[in-house]
Amino acid sequence: MEKRFMTGNEAIAEAAIQAGCKHFFGYPITPQSEIPEYMSKRLPEIGGVYLQAESEVAAINMLFGAAGAGGRVMTSSSSPGISLMQEGISYLAGAELPCVIVNIMRGGPGLGGIQPSQSDYFQATKGGGHGDYHLLVLAPHTVQEAVSLTMEAFYLADKYRNPVMVLGDGYLGQMMEPVKFEKATTHGELPTKEWILTGAKDRPPRVIKSLYLDPEALEKHNLRINRKIHEMIKSEVRVETYLVEDAEIVIAAFGTVARIAKTAIKALREKGVKVGLVRPITVFPFPYKTFEEITERVGKVLVVEMNLGQMLEDVRLGVCGKAEIRFYGRTGGMVPTYDEIAIEVEKFARERR
Amino acid sequence: MEVGTKEPLYETVIMAGFGGQGLMFIGKLLAYSAMKTGKHVTWIPSYGPEMRGGTANCTIVISDEEIGSPVITSPKALIIMNNPSLEAFEPRLQSQGRLFLNSSLITRQPTRSDIEVITIPANDIAVEVGEKRTANMVMLGAYISSVNVVSKQNLLEGLKEFFAKKTQFLQVNTTAFERGFTHSKH
Amino acid sequence: MQIELEKIFERPRTLRPVTTHYCPGCGHGIVARLLAETIDELGIRERTVGIAPVGCSVLLYNYLDVDMYEAAHGRAPAVATGCKRVNPKLVVFSYQGDGDFASIGTAEAVHVAARGEKITTIFINNAVYGMTGGQMAPTTLEGQKTTTSPLGRNLDQTGYPIRMAELLTTLDGAAYIARVSVNNPKSIIQAKKAIRKAFETQIRGLGYSMVEILSQCPTAWHLSPIEATKWVEEKMKPYYPLGEFKTPEEG
Repeated sequence: MEKRFMTGNEAIAEAAIQAGCKHFFGYPITPQSEIPEYMSKRLPEIGGVYLQAESEVAAINMLFGAAGAGGRVMTSSSSPGISLMQEGISYLAGAELPCVIVNIMRGGPGLGGIQPSQSDYFQATKGGGHGDYHLLVLAPHTVQEAVSLTMEAFYLADKYRNPVMVLGDGYLGQMMEPVKFEKATTHGELPTKEWILTGAKDRPPRVIKSLYLDPEALEKHNLRINRKIHEMIKSEVRVETYLVEDAEIVIAAFGTVARIAKTAIKALREKGVKVGLVRPITVFPFPYKTFEEITERVGKVLVVEMNLGQMLEDVRLGVCGKAEIRFYGRTGGMVPTYDEIAIEVEKFARERR
Repeated sequence: MEVGTKEPLYETVIMAGFGGQGLMFIGKLLAYSAMKTGKHVTWIPSYGPEMRGGTANCTIVISDEEIGSPVITSPKALIIMNNPSLEAFEPRLQSQGRLFLNSSLITRQPTRSDIEVITIPANDIAVEVGEKRTANMVMLGAYISSVNVVSKQNLLEGLKEFFAKKTQFLQVNTTAFERGFTHSKH
Repeated sequence: MQIELEKIFERPRTLRPVTTHYCPGCGHGIVARLLAETIDELGIRERTVGIAPVGCSVLLYNYLDVDMYEAAHGRAPAVATGCKRVNPKLVVFSYQGDGDFASIGTAEAVHVAARGEKITTIFINNAVYGMTGGQMAPTTLEGQKTTTSPLGRNLDQTGYPIRMAELLTTLDGAAYIARVSVNNPKSIIQAKKAIRKAFETQIRGLGYSMVEILSQCPTAWHLSPIEATKWVEEKMKPYYPLGEFKTPEEG
């Protein structure tokens, strides 16, 4: 198959189209505007709909309506825009509507900046909006992986009737790399959507809602959503381990930072430092088990992020006191370099337990 | 050097100048042409408002192996098109690295002595070939002639694809590239 | 001996045989019935989808026998847009109160009209927040006492009530805009006609349609149902004049 040379943003958009997404609602924001731009060109060509909403608030609610009508739907934004969407995301999760939300993160808080960041980790993995729910969150580290995970995101959204987030950063969105568009083949059958609103013809009316005024009914509803979350935790955890077999120290990083770490690891290994990498691909559900297992034999874990210590908390839960943890983070759009990471690893390696 | 022990290819270059000088374009062209020969490539731009009228830069990595970091602290080469970019990037060039300077626009002298400096009057050459906007191609020609990353042939094939819908500009861009390529041969 | 009686009045097919949560004298129940009758008369029950957002509007899905969404506060026009864009064959309407349509959801209200989205909004204006216990609405009249304007709405402090029908009439995407009331039989007949026209506008693909309905809220107004109908007549109508502000025939 011919390789194409595309930015992460364009590749995500094309992947969505190839995964059957026919409806996109969004609002421009740097550094992800190439996604709506691409969609506005491509979707009409395939009989789909691109609609530029008046705000991210409207966009996410258009998604709500479109998903409820049975469409394969997506929106994309960057940090401040994703914050605006949180109410709608909570409603989507509450009403069990499948959709894909792409967050190409930039530095915050507030308007922050436009350079790459990973500081929406908490927001993405721990809720963001109100209520008992979780998104399934996929964190690609290359443009190719952004393609395969975006395609898969639509499948997972339908499988769990739950919003799925593709979590990247400004560099992943802006970077160009060669990509192939290969349909994933491992997927099982999806159930027919017997809950979508098509008009109450030859059947009783359906209601899509998140309102349950009776607390017993709401508890029951939430527990059902929670069973799906537990099913995700059981079945959907994805993680890459890189050179961990003989490692004496492992770096924990996701997304762009993980690939920067790989360059640091290469240089460190050439100097004889036995260092590896654990890279969560799903940041929710988080690969706690991998960290549990690895700390059976590795005593030191260095968490590196483009934030001030967010995934760090999940690593702590996984490591559970069985290894030393250090953190190195850059924030505000600053990107940690492989040199900086290498220095941190060497410093940590020299520390006596 | 014996056959089979050849070091795997790993080239890094940052290209910087004013927005509108076509650096993003030649960066993409270089990466794309290398991709066509089976290499791993990444192209990463500076992005945001500074690109509109201000300075712009992009980083390209070309490798036989899977690429880790697309962000490069100290590149092996620099293509520099204006004074502010020289100031910003010269300190970051690797020792023994190559600095390609557009001497038509750069009035400052490089300060380091541990690097190889290749000066090309790119804008003057571009004017000579009849299209002042091809200074970028002159610089790329110079780079390709001294850095063995893709062949001239491969690059010109890539150029053809990039200008598939604007064939009227293909010839002048090719000429500009050739002039840069031969200028740098010494 | 058996007498054959002609049936001249019955419950509309689209109206479910249930007791509503609305207070005695409330206008919502009347509008729900008008909606049901309109849907029946147009024969569109099996392809109609409604959206009821937050407020007294929300439980409409319990009363109408059609597919429905419950939406976030103010966002019904966006939800309607998403639904209609996926399935343009559907007849889609939002059913929104004044907090929803004229306050928290004004951006959606303006833009759904500006886009000429082929959906219909039924906007219930009762000049007060009913569901949450009678707080001030963007449509609360000058001097009107509510739980958050206890001395009466003071225009210096809170600005002026919004006339949504007039506001949306200025937008080219809006094809049918009317204001009606449900405080007496004659007005109710007018209201029914407007609702029907709004739905027809959508079905004919002419653009956005909106019917603003002045509706009585005896509970939050602290009036008897009869007094409430008079209040609509005497207080609301002078500020919110009835009429068709825009019809497709005018182009």
